[in-house]
Amino acid sequence: MATKVAVIQFPGTNCEFDVAEVVSSLGGEPQIVFHDDSSLHGADAVIIAGGFAHGDYLRPGAIARFSPVMEPIRSFANDGGPVVGICNGFQVLTEARLLPGALQKNAHLKFKCQMVDLRVDSTNSVLTSEAELGQVVRMPINHFEGNYTCSSETLAELQSEDRVVLRYVDNPNGSIDDIAGICNEGRNVVGLMPHPERASHELLGSNDGLVLMQSVLAAAGLAVPV
Amino acid sequence: MTFDVQVEVMLRPGIADPEGATIERALPALGFEGVTGVTVGKSIRFQLDSESASKAQETATQMCEQFLSNPVIEDAAISVTQAQVGS
Repeated sequence: MATKVAVIQFPGTNCEFDVAEVVSSLGGEPQIVFHDDSSLHGADAVIIAGGFAHGDYLRPGAIARFSPVMEPIRSFANDGGPVVGICNGFQVLTEARLLPGALQKNAHLKFKCQMVDLRVDSTNSVLTSEAELGQVVRMPINHFEGNYTCSSETLAELQSEDRVVLRYVDNPNGSIDDIAGICNEGRNVVGLMPHPERASHELLGSNDGLVLMQSVLAAAGLAVPV
Repeated sequence: MTFDVQVEVMLRPGIADPEGATIERALPALGFEGVTGVTVGKSIRFQLDSESASKAQETATQMCEQFLSNPVIEDAAISVTQAQVGS
């Protein structure tokens, strides 16, 4: 049976088709699910794609959090289903409190659009299971509010529970502890600011994102080619 | 009764405020000396029908906790005043 991946589309999302393209190139079956849908239609994994959900009004993710589709996503996540938020999707997951902390404006108020190196600091998550510990992967970031922050208690928890899955090798945005991606306690909900779907082919400058996307598909039940 | 509610959302102390810092650095260039502690936030205003000012305050507090501010990085200050008749 095909491995179905719900790719969430809010008004203002703009990375959903890139994500869908990569999902199908890896053998999964992407399904764009609009924000007003109250069902995930039997998806095996959920990817909240990047963009500017609801125009990022008030705060990125603040309004998206109340979209009808967030209810089934919450239940799916609570049942252990793999949920990944990329960029704006990460912001949505923190606003929905499925992940702790918040993404604030980049240090020096700079919009950052560049390739970055990320180090895989935990392979125990639905996004990094197929990668190697310490592996450095290269992919683009494209954000204004990607500066991860949280209380010192939360940070201590993330560190001691090995929940910082990706760190910037050269911190581009002021993120606390160089955090680029974190997971929840269940390790099935992951948020990251960089865009693995935009590093999915050598022609795009890197295909390092594939290992992360493959991990999501593996968590969704797709057999990974050796 | 109708109340005018003003919510001021500011970054919590300790959260970097690069916008405030930039304004603070720019002011002396225009000859405004002696300015410190610039912080930038947003102001959200609305009218609210409620039984009493305290009830309105309570409702606005819930709005801030759940939606208008992100308590991880922001504090909200709420002021409630009775709306002017005819406004």
